[in-house]
Amino acid sequence: MSSAELQSRIQQGFQEEIEETKLLDCMRCGFCLPACPTYIHSNYDEAQSPRGRIALMKAVRDGDLPFDDSVEESLDLCLGCRACEPACPAGVEYGSLLESARNVIQKEKKQSVKEKVVRHAAFDHLFKDQQKMNRTAGMVKFYQRSGLQTLTRKMGILSFFPSVMKDMEKVLPRIEKNEVEKGVVYEGKRQNKKVAFFTGCLMEPMFSKTNEATVNLLQELGCDVWVPEHQVCCGALQGHSGELDKARENAKQNIESFLEMDVDYIVNNAGGCGAFLSEYDHLLKDEPELLEKAKAFSDKIIDITSLIYELGLTEKGLSYIGDKEITVTYQDSCHLRNVNLVKDEPREILKSIENVHFVDLKSADQCCGSAGIYNLVQPEMSIRILDNKMEDVESTHASIIITTNPGCLLQMKMGIERAGLSDQMEALHLVDFIQKYILEN
Amino acid sequence: MKLCQKHGLPIVPRGSGTNLAAGTTPSQGGVVLIFRNMNDIVELDEENLALTVQPGVLTEEIHQYVEEQGLFYPPDPSSGKISTIGGNISENSGGLRGLKYGVTKDYILALEVVLPNGDIVRTGGKLAKDVAGYDLKSLLVGSEGTLGIVTEATLKLIPKPFYKETMLAVYESLEDAAETVSAILANRIIPATLEFMDQGTIQVVEGYKQIGLPTDCEAILLIEQDGPKEIVEQDIEKMYSICKEYGALSLSKAVTEQEAEELTRARKDALSCLAYLSPTTILEDATVPRSKIAPMVREIKKVADKYDVRIHTFGHAGDGNLHPTCATDARDKEEMARVEEAFAEIFQIAVDMGGTITGEHGVGEMKAPYLEWKVGELGIEIMKAIKQAIDPNNIMNPGKVFAKSTKKRVVVSNV
Repeated sequence: MSSAELQSRIQQGFQEEIEETKLLDCMRCGFCLPACPTYIHSNYDEAQSPRGRIALMKAVRDGDLPFDDSVEESLDLCLGCRACEPACPAGVEYGSLLESARNVIQKEKKQSVKEKVVRHAAFDHLFKDQQKMNRTAGMVKFYQRSGLQTLTRKMGILSFFPSVMKDMEKVLPRIEKNEVEKGVVYEGKRQNKKVAFFTGCLMEPMFSKTNEATVNLLQELGCDVWVPEHQVCCGALQGHSGELDKARENAKQNIESFLEMDVDYIVNNAGGCGAFLSEYDHLLKDEPELLEKAKAFSDKIIDITSLIYELGLTEKGLSYIGDKEITVTYQDSCHLRNVNLVKDEPREILKSIENVHFVDLKSADQCCGSAGIYNLVQPEMSIRILDNKMEDVESTHASIIITTNPGCLLQMKMGIERAGLSDQMEALHLVDFIQKYILEN
Repeated sequence: MKLCQKHGLPIVPRGSGTNLAAGTTPSQGGVVLIFRNMNDIVELDEENLALTVQPGVLTEEIHQYVEEQGLFYPPDPSSGKISTIGGNISENSGGLRGLKYGVTKDYILALEVVLPNGDIVRTGGKLAKDVAGYDLKSLLVGSEGTLGIVTEATLKLIPKPFYKETMLAVYESLEDAAETVSAILANRIIPATLEFMDQGTIQVVEGYKQIGLPTDCEAILLIEQDGPKEIVEQDIEKMYSICKEYGALSLSKAVTEQEAEELTRARKDALSCLAYLSPTTILEDATVPRSKIAPMVREIKKVADKYDVRIHTFGHAGDGNLHPTCATDARDKEEMARVEEAFAEIFQIAVDMGGTITGEHGVGEMKAPYLEWKVGELGIEIMKAIKQAIDPNNIMNPGKVFAKSTKKRVVVSNV
């Protein structure tokens, strides 16, 4: 395809897929600028801001600007953290605009080879098929247990990979046996609520202990926890990368599996998944026969922190297990905060625990640079954001940094490693923190 | 600047580009100068209560920085979260505290400015009194980037008022609200904030936010006073009884910060809610003497009905600076033509009432055709002579402030 042909196809795609009204909603006031990590870390480059990206999308759509590498780079470099949305006075649906634009580009343009391999392996196999995901995780487990990990580290084979991969390798969690079984209902200590648990495709194999802790905590707080058998990955990673059709397939399967039983809530412990699950009605807006079900599904989505807060965890008189006070801080999951607007619950939970000194992280509302597979495909910007964030983390003097999403958790672990703080600080999911360190008085 | 001068290239200085009057649109091409990286706070001089900054510092950063030291920089444009001080100086920005504390021009002690030929001029100083020659810095403040480029500014600070109280008054009729405003000032009280919302704005805010605003009332006033505790309490008490006396249907008073936040939320959300209404939002700032607020708001409503466009008004009642805001759709050419006609008529009425076409947004390119209505032929001539003397080749933000042709005056009856 010649570049002129590609340009006109992308312009046409933008006209068909991107709603003009949504573009016009932007008043170009610039209130989003201070909220945008890539704008800040690109030395205030307007093209790397939400206002700039919307202007570029509109210019391509209107034929004022041909689609070229610079436009694509601008859209690629967006984290998709959606911190611009709560900052926007006009309610621009930036996330939806970005998804549509990426979907068109993805369709019209062949991906670069490096990304294509990752995409094919990830989206067509791993995130689609939980068994494969678990087997892959099994291989990681073998690699870790067999001593190969130590050997590889010593031989420096990983130095051939980009530095991010090297750092990432160090922080991969030990893969544990998966204790939360699908198709099972775990009975609560009392019967307050009935909830369905979304295990998450990454959480399940890599953070199975977190899932176990989540189920235990909910049982303690009086929930029957059902783990629907045929659930699959939420589809967020596909959706955010312009593979909307693949995301829709996953959405349909999840809706069917979760609506098999009547529950009060569908709970998740990964902020990124939760946001995407709560927007299934938007994802399936063009499929009227499914819309009602999608809405029923999305309305039941709740994140673990909101649910345990609602179930009265802060009233339980919890205290830290150690003798001395411990300092903790919290890094928001972007999508939990910006899409589901949950920011107080995790903080209130931490503040309510005796002998836990909670210090707010200055830039907690800004993305850590993990952003799905962003840290793999945009390592340079991701690391710039992360290293900056770690300076703020260090100034909290916290011994534990708490997150509510697996991507953020891995990224914070990597940040701790990069900042040389691994002997004085650890990163934990909020439910793991409670499981590991907190007692009921 | 020298290079651009040599090649006759236009220069458009730009802060954060909020751009309410198309003041930073490079409509004639050229170089757009962005100052986001010239963002140092150079010096805080506590003895002279002066802060020296580079133009790219955000207004909010200045507020935070000086307030941590117990000092105060009063100008607070609503875009302060993102606006740069360079932009504020070039537009002479106002804000909610304008009535009591004044606007940007009242807080500029000194400027360093690069002229179109590349020469650097320093004007003013850390002085309360300075009558040495023409007041060049006052000329440069609000010159919208048409005379030169501000590269450093020294701002006047005042001690921070440590106590504040907030109240909200709801009125059945617009006139009652307007009379309250006049009565407050006639009683020798100058409140820190005296904000107004009309019925249309109230209905839209209530529609989106459901915070319990009475949608059948014609006006809401948001009143704040700051300063020493005793005086604030005394003023608020007095204003409370004035509101009552002039027919306020209901009154709420806040003492804690959280209560105050609740009361100010409706006013803060006004623009945002109006922006939700439609794809295009046009925010204007026609301004009248404060005694004319009620008739002006009535006239705006009449004009909106006449041209069948949706315009709601909120704004700074204390200083007569109104924000008639139009919810429309730029794709609808026919409606846009009616919107333009409506605003032309609104500007005309404002000028006829002794007001102005713009209180704080600037003339830019959008309002250039109306400038003569306010300043007159001779006014334009003098301004053009100044422009010609400083920028003879017209490279500084060309096409702004001065229009190619003035719009014909609208014939407005019954004013």
